[in-house]
Amino acid sequence: MQWLSKRYQFLFRSTKGLILVAIAFAALISAFFGLLSGPMADYGVKDVVVRALNIDLDPAEREGRLIILYHTLAMITIAVEVYMITDLLKMKDSQRLSINSTITVGYLMVMFGGLPFAYWGHNWVLHGIYIAGLSLIFFAGLLLLVALWPWQKEYRLSTNEYAHTRKGYDLERIAFFMVALTTMISAIFGAVPGSFFGNGFEVFLAENVVREPHKTALDLSIIGHLHIMLALIAIMCALIIGRWMDFKGVWQKIAMPLYIVGAFVLSLGTWLVVSFEEIAHFIIYGGSTVAMLGALFLVIDSWRKIIRSGLDEKGIKKGNFFQGVAALVRDPVRFGPTWQMVFMNFTVSGVGIFTAVKLDEIFRQWQFMDERSILTGHWHILATLTATILLLYYADLAGLKGKVRKWFGWAVIIFSNVAFAAVTIYEMRRLFISEGEQQPLINRAVLAGDIGVIVLLLALAALMAWRLSDLFKKKGRWSEETDHRLEKKEEVQQ
Amino acid sequence: MKRILVAAITLLFVLTACQQVDFQSQPPVIDTGSLSEQWAVVPAGEFLQGQFKKEVMIDQAFEIMVTPVTNAQYAEYLNEAVAAGAVQLNGSQVEGYYPGDPFAGARHEEEFKAGNYIHIPLDDAFLRLAYDGTSFSALPAWENHPMTVVSWFGAKSYCEFYGWRLPTELEWEKAARGTDGRAYPWGEEIARNNANFYFSRDPFEDMATFGSRTTPVGLFNGSTYNGYTTLNSASPYGVYDMAGNVWQWTADVYGSQHYRYMRGGSKDMYENNLRVWSRNNATPTFTSPGTGFRCVRDTE
Repeated sequence: MQWLSKRYQFLFRSTKGLILVAIAFAALISAFFGLLSGPMADYGVKDVVVRALNIDLDPAEREGRLIILYHTLAMITIAVEVYMITDLLKMKDSQRLSINSTITVGYLMVMFGGLPFAYWGHNWVLHGIYIAGLSLIFFAGLLLLVALWPWQKEYRLSTNEYAHTRKGYDLERIAFFMVALTTMISAIFGAVPGSFFGNGFEVFLAENVVREPHKTALDLSIIGHLHIMLALIAIMCALIIGRWMDFKGVWQKIAMPLYIVGAFVLSLGTWLVVSFEEIAHFIIYGGSTVAMLGALFLVIDSWRKIIRSGLDEKGIKKGNFFQGVAALVRDPVRFGPTWQMVFMNFTVSGVGIFTAVKLDEIFRQWQFMDERSILTGHWHILATLTATILLLYYADLAGLKGKVRKWFGWAVIIFSNVAFAAVTIYEMRRLFISEGEQQPLINRAVLAGDIGVIVLLLALAALMAWRLSDLFKKKGRWSEETDHRLEKKEEVQQ
Repeated sequence: MKRILVAAITLLFVLTACQQVDFQSQPPVIDTGSLSEQWAVVPAGEFLQGQFKKEVMIDQAFEIMVTPVTNAQYAEYLNEAVAAGAVQLNGSQVEGYYPGDPFAGARHEEEFKAGNYIHIPLDDAFLRLAYDGTSFSALPAWENHPMTVVSWFGAKSYCEFYGWRLPTELEWEKAARGTDGRAYPWGEEIARNNANFYFSRDPFEDMATFGSRTTPVGLFNGSTYNGYTTLNSASPYGVYDMAGNVWQWTADVYGSQHYRYMRGGSKDMYENNLRVWSRNNATPTFTSPGTGFRCVRDTE
């Protein structure tokens, strides 16, 4: 019994354990439901799995199933971010405990209620559990807002190294608070129309209605919701990585106001989509540019720091370009998160901006199905790149060292980049190839994409297997990590 | 290990990149009978429309072509229509007059004024018609495949030349699913030999090379052809190819937008896009090797 109790303490009471459990569930869900689409469907695996497990794939309910699946993965990702935030930022232990326990129960209810409801028939108790889980996660968000409240005297900074107000209030904490606050408000923009459409079971995927000239306020609310939630999860991820990298100094002082303003303006723009759609887009462009500048400064500062420490290790005072690059990439787990942010510009932001600028001239001349392919690829890449950033951070937390750390880090970076570059080519294929001649290009893009995703999943599976086997050791890493805390700013007044 | 991995990936890319693909290779020849000459009656009355099964009334009974218009039928039409002056050859395209759309100036709306518009591009490699300078004919082995690479204008013009018309979206959907709200023309589930869709493994596709291609109209009628057994996939009114093979243009011109809607899914779509309520759209000048049409006519 004690054996179980100790492991329970690690898995469900410690930050690293909670993150491990959440990532393991996300990995299992991705691997299992990946069997029902893409190449697994093409080659008949889906048919076998559906028959063997008696999965109910009612054609009329496909969109509903997908929405529940996406929300489940999103809630797990949000839980991982919350675990990181509650440990990286100062707050009372009681607050940390209540937030973490609420969101854990919440995402478990979402997962164990939602997925069986969606894929194995309709037991309404399960649907109730799913909705209750979502509500608990919202409640955990409220608790997080209270805990993060930045204008508390005890959290004022006592150093000048980090961005702060004249009175010493931490701008980074304000940025975390702002992103959490806008996330909560943006969640309502999904919850209200979700309740409406859910009551009548009339669901739709936003990418299917982009060309509709007349969208209702609730349609627009859903479209705004999904865009802003992904963007805010990504901004929160950048803030978390900044804290991990101990982002400070002049770049941090410029970046924090940009994050705060960017998150607010971007959110405001997506909320305004409901009633002022045309103006809203300009506000969104403004907000996202400002927020992305904040991330750029994080990249600059972290790369400068990584290069400096790498050169110091080798005893080089002022290295040349190649020594600098070698120092930058010597630890892929530390270099990877910010590289993924840079890569995101090519496969997500760049593609998004190009599509918006050339929408009528190019993309609206295509058939709708080709335009939809870009929209679907766009948010899949953004979501998954964000997940790889969090995964690399977890690899560091999990204690990967030496060659394994390098192999893992490079596998995640290289193969995710290969996969997402391939997906970008696939989604934009009509720019390069006509419909009739597309198959060879599709075959190559899909092959590269599949190899990338498979290696990524294998790397994740290996990490999970290692951590699972560790749980069976009496004095495994888990026993040390039960009391581990993530690093915090020590300059915060106590 | 690292070297093996890099070598394996490079080899895979080289192997797939070096493959010469003959996009114009001849398809198998399969005679599916005379379905393309037949019409099916769709009675007036209510039916369950859309994904969420709203009750909608169709006031008038109508007849719909049992299969999409074939290449042979379209070639015959072109010969008649050119002779009658209903359409013209202009450079590398066949075009015809259209009186224009109402224009509301809405966001993203494109104006289509009265004028001549493309019906088919003669220089498209995937047009399965030949033009010898005097007359049109269907390419050998493609005669009974659905006519593709035809714009909405070209589809509309065909139907109207014979006194028929394109179906409205509602008419198309009722013809496809009947009154019981089913998801596919034949029922609630789809098998690979129900229709021609992406990776459906019919004898006309080769996903390693040229990909998915059109199948002869009415192929999925329950017969076995050269060892390939099809399921009878007619709609409740006996209409074929209402899911897969080619997207089908419909008649509706909606306000505040210039897009024309297509229904039915195509050879290049996964099965979820073959659900009877799935919609695709494009500008009326759009042509593609995956888009065709069929006509309807009012009952006498």
